[in-house]
Amino acid sequence: MENRLRVLRAERSWSQQDLAERLEVSRQSVNAIETGKYDPSLPLAFRIAELFDRPIEEIFTSPSRHSSKAI
Amino acid sequence: MQSLTSFGSVRLSRARHKYNRRVLWLSLLYAVFLLGSVYGFKHQLIGGAFGYLVALLPALPIIGIFAAMGRYLIEEQDEYVRMLMVRQTLWASGFALSVATAWGFLESFDLVQHIEPYWIAVLWFGGLGLGACMNKLTIGRAEAA
Repeated sequence: MENRLRVLRAERSWSQQDLAERLEVSRQSVNAIETGKYDPSLPLAFRIAELFDRPIEEIFTSPSRHSSKAI
Repeated sequence: MQSLTSFGSVRLSRARHKYNRRVLWLSLLYAVFLLGSVYGFKHQLIGGAFGYLVALLPALPIIGIFAAMGRYLIEEQDEYVRMLMVRQTLWASGFALSVATAWGFLESFDLVQHIEPYWIAVLWFGGLGLGACMNKLTIGRAEAA
């Protein structure tokens, strides 16, 4: 699942470690989510959205919507 | 909530730290029980029903390590790290059970010698290493949780 986590983090000049500490997860988790290797659970996605004060859909792209655009 | 403690350059979650400590103590207990039971049987100090209990003693810490792994999976708050560890244990289980199944049939047809079933546990621990390698090759690392 594509996301804008790296962009939002860069806007705040946060390192992956900074974001990890704010979310109370490991830096590896942040890296895996940013690179699309891991899709976070709904509770973690909400924590991310609340941290950046954005709706979830502004951070994560719906896979179905993404594929329908591609068509 | 995730809590991290540092060991050199590696940051461990509190759950991982507790898991490591439990495994260390259980490993020490295993060594003590194994040496004690081998000594007892070798010198014929043990017999009767008590012998069954002493023979089972080395198995208990190994079972404890399986339980420690289960407890770690419950206690780990980092869902990504937990997922990596679940994948690791699935690789370990698949590897150990596959080798045990294949060996069992070979043994049934008298093509290989009998090995004690507790070696399946050794294979499982080896399979954890295989799982860690597969995680690293595919999605990431679990050890710096």
